Amino acid sequence: MQLRPSFLKATLAVVRKDLSAEFRSRELLSAMLVFSMLVILIFNFALELEPATRKEVSAGVLWTTFAFAGTLGLNRSMAVEKDRGCLDGLLLAPVDRSAIYFGKVISNLAFMFIVEIIVLPIYSMLYGINLFNPGLLLVILLGSIGYIGVGTLLASMAVQARTREVLLPILLFPIVIPVLLSAVKASSGFLTGAPMTEIMPPLNLLIVYNLIFLAIAFMTFDQVVEE
Amino acid sequence: MTPKPTLLKIFDWLSVICLIVATYLALVFAPTELVMGQVQRVFYFHIGTAWVGLLGFIFSALLGIVYLVTKDMKWDIVEVAAVEISVVFFFITIVLGAIWARPAWNTWWTWDPRLTTAAITELVYVAYFMLRAGIEDPDRRARFGAVYALLGGLSAPITFMAIRLFRSIHPVIIGAANENQEKMSMSGDMRVVFFFALFAFTVIFIDLFWNRIRLGQLQEKVERLKLKVM
Repeated sequence: MQLRPSFLKATLAVVRKDLSAEFRSRELLSAMLVFSMLVILIFNFALELEPATRKEVSAGVLWTTFAFAGTLGLNRSMAVEKDRGCLDGLLLAPVDRSAIYFGKVISNLAFMFIVEIIVLPIYSMLYGINLFNPGLLLVILLGSIGYIGVGTLLASMAVQARTREVLLPILLFPIVIPVLLSAVKASSGFLTGAPMTEIMPPLNLLIVYNLIFLAIAFMTFDQVVEE
Repeated sequence: MTPKPTLLKIFDWLSVICLIVATYLALVFAPTELVMGQVQRVFYFHIGTAWVGLLGFIFSALLGIVYLVTKDMKWDIVEVAAVEISVVFFFITIVLGAIWARPAWNTWWTWDPRLTTAAITELVYVAYFMLRAGIEDPDRRARFGAVYALLGGLSAPITFMAIRLFRSIHPVIIGAANENQEKMSMSGDMRVVFFFALFAFTVIFIDLFWNRIRLGQLQEKVERLKLKVM
């Protein structure tokens, strides 16, 4: 028997654990979904989504929804680990700590994607906008990776603080503003059919941000979970 | 307790003198700007405080790395000192900028890249203190603070680039401007005041920084003594 499993195996084990726990309880996904629906409904009244302006504001409404639902999921996914002492168990495992980080990122991303996959058609149906644009889906993919990548690192810090749930959005939002801004810009570019020269700068920025922050999180996660 | 070093005392006095001279130069000596009039005088302190504010934020990111590598508490004390002073200076920068913008742009605030980035950067470091306040264990607090200072220092320039995707109206005084931005230029006397203000705020920054580091060391000492008694 191999005592030290490979990095990939360890990562996948964390993902499998999270996914199977979630598919049995479904508490995280259902909370995120219901919350997203509520946010979209509130935006409908708050912004008076007129048919003429919908195309321009849709990107903003969608990303705000994803960001809020995302913090809900991130908080929950780390709080579960902390409350039931799972994190200590994970840390005792003879694997690279960053494997735990990437495992958590992948499972959080999976939840985020599931929410997005359900929200997008409902949004298109409610507001009569076709959101099935391959470009938009690419932006959502990249934006979610950046958001969850930084969010998972900060959530593992926030759950260890006294103010936990309150703290995560305060820590996370100012840091992920580049992601949200460039994602909104690129998404609305794709939705309004802007030329590619206008869409490429925010898209490049997203890719650069993702690379930098995933690398930083990879290097610092060890320090964050250390006892 | 070690007495206050003489050099620090000299710095204390030097920074008071510098502040007085800089105020005189900015308010009296500097020529009145032709277009903007008297309100332009706020610019000298605006740049001075912005410069030391940014300096402290860059320091804190670098000190975060140093702490994470060495795990020596003294670097954490220096990092907190840098962030704390810079948060105050940066807040002054934003307020002075708003005072200038009211007559110049006819509004207290616009969502220009620099202004927005400044506001977000300020919020990052306010969050930094909220994070630290929520953690009791000193080692963990130092580690989290270092990681967050590093993340904040990295995200600020990227935020600036992200917001620059929209157009800027902030005047560019130093360095090359692109064609669609208004470029301001300074006369010789203005340049004297400008550089003196930069110098004055650098001195004030060093003085406050040093005092704050000393305060941090004393705080740590008190903590240790308390633990010994208990």
